[in-house]
Amino acid sequence: MKNVLVIDYNMGNLSSVANAVYYIGGNPIISNKPKDIKEAEYIILPGVGTFNNGMKNLINLGLCDILIEQIIDNKKPFLGICLGMQLLAQEGHEWGVTKGLGVIKGKVDKLKVNENLRLPHIGWNDVYFKKECKLISKLNKSEVFYFLNSYHLIPDEDSIVVGTCNYGNDFVAVINNKNIFGTQFHPEKSQKPGLLILKNFLEV
Amino acid sequence: MLKVRLIPCLFLMNGLLVRSEKFNLHQNLGNPIHQLERYNDWYVDELIYIDISRKGDYDFGRYDTKVKIKTNILDILSEISKKCFVPLTFGGRIRTIEDIRERLKRGADKITINTIAIDKPEFIKEAAETFGSQCIVVSIDVKINEEGVYEVYKEFGTKPTGMYPIDWAKKVEELGAGEIFLNSIDRDGTGDGYDINLIRMISESVRIPVIACGGVGKFEDFVDGVKLGKASAVAAGNIFNFTEISTINAKKLMRDNEIEVRI
Repeated sequence: MKNVLVIDYNMGNLSSVANAVYYIGGNPIISNKPKDIKEAEYIILPGVGTFNNGMKNLINLGLCDILIEQIIDNKKPFLGICLGMQLLAQEGHEWGVTKGLGVIKGKVDKLKVNENLRLPHIGWNDVYFKKECKLISKLNKSEVFYFLNSYHLIPDEDSIVVGTCNYGNDFVAVINNKNIFGTQFHPEKSQKPGLLILKNFLEV
Repeated sequence: MLKVRLIPCLFLMNGLLVRSEKFNLHQNLGNPIHQLERYNDWYVDELIYIDISRKGDYDFGRYDTKVKIKTNILDILSEISKKCFVPLTFGGRIRTIEDIRERLKRGADKITINTIAIDKPEFIKEAAETFGSQCIVVSIDVKINEEGVYEVYKEFGTKPTGMYPIDWAKKVEELGAGEIFLNSIDRDGTGDGYDINLIRMISESVRIPVIACGGVGKFEDFVDGVKLGKASAVAAGNIFNFTEISTINAKKLMRDNEIEVRI
């Protein structure tokens, strides 16, 4: 069984992710200890919450450097989910401007929608895949996933965008840059297609 | 396109599933895990669990044996969340930030608060700032009072608040609630259909999603809830508890009525 570290930085929904990893045959380890992070084969950064609280917690737990090292230097397979993907950006614009991990060039900003659409963007929505990627192996060209967001990642480079979703405007739903993967939606909460995404991640 | 959500709502009392009518308890329906297994097969979009217990003890033992295993609500939540691969909203008796944190840690994806929000509105703001608006659902229970006017009630529908639902809905939105879970106390468990006036009134007064609940007796009620009530999500408790009616059939009817659903 593959060891999957689910980072505990006090930002909710941990056991949902761990339960899903376990269900698809992984061995989830919920931890924020540097030793565990260094030994993990796979790292998942989940997240339900605000950008600034997410960063505050990562900083207070002393996790920023070790995460960056594991992702960039050690090139460990990494999956950021929802806030976990957003925190990879250089900066976030939720409740002011906050510096992110800076692993992905780009920023996080509020979804731009007209007054007919409600925020947060909550529910099941279609994701359209633009290019091939190991994370979406065996999925259809378009699948429905569960979203819970008011903010979205705006990467500088379009080449890392694997899938988009539309809510008023198109926004980034899936990214991949070498060993770094990210989904704006919650695969652990998206039943079959979501569980398949997690399964594919463990085969990277 | 964003789909309209169909959400079974389950009420837990002392660890067991119950059905309610007009917010008074009627029947014990048994083990919540058993029910969950049905829903996993049925393409539900989310699940809402509300703990409506009024005591401290929780019995999670089998109804038909003499052995009762007392477990606390967090353990029950952990059990439920192990097999739940759709978003799980958990509520009931939440009073502090730590209560919320514990539930999110144990498997809830969203939480819902009601009485504490009314007693301490700034708690909504604090919760939204700590955890993000998207996981804070404020439940609003509404009854038509003696003057024939809609009024918000708290504490399991027992205490009037003197507040008009539109005013409270706008206030909770302003304070950072991510969604509103709107319940009609009068319609609860009756099967007489949603209170469409109430739902529409609230849906049109806020920009955050509104989840309608209370009164569903047939699938056509879901269609009305969306098309006439303008709800973003339609929830029901009892209709999914008793019969072989499945959520797939409900969604088929919604789709036939041109409502975008996940099917």
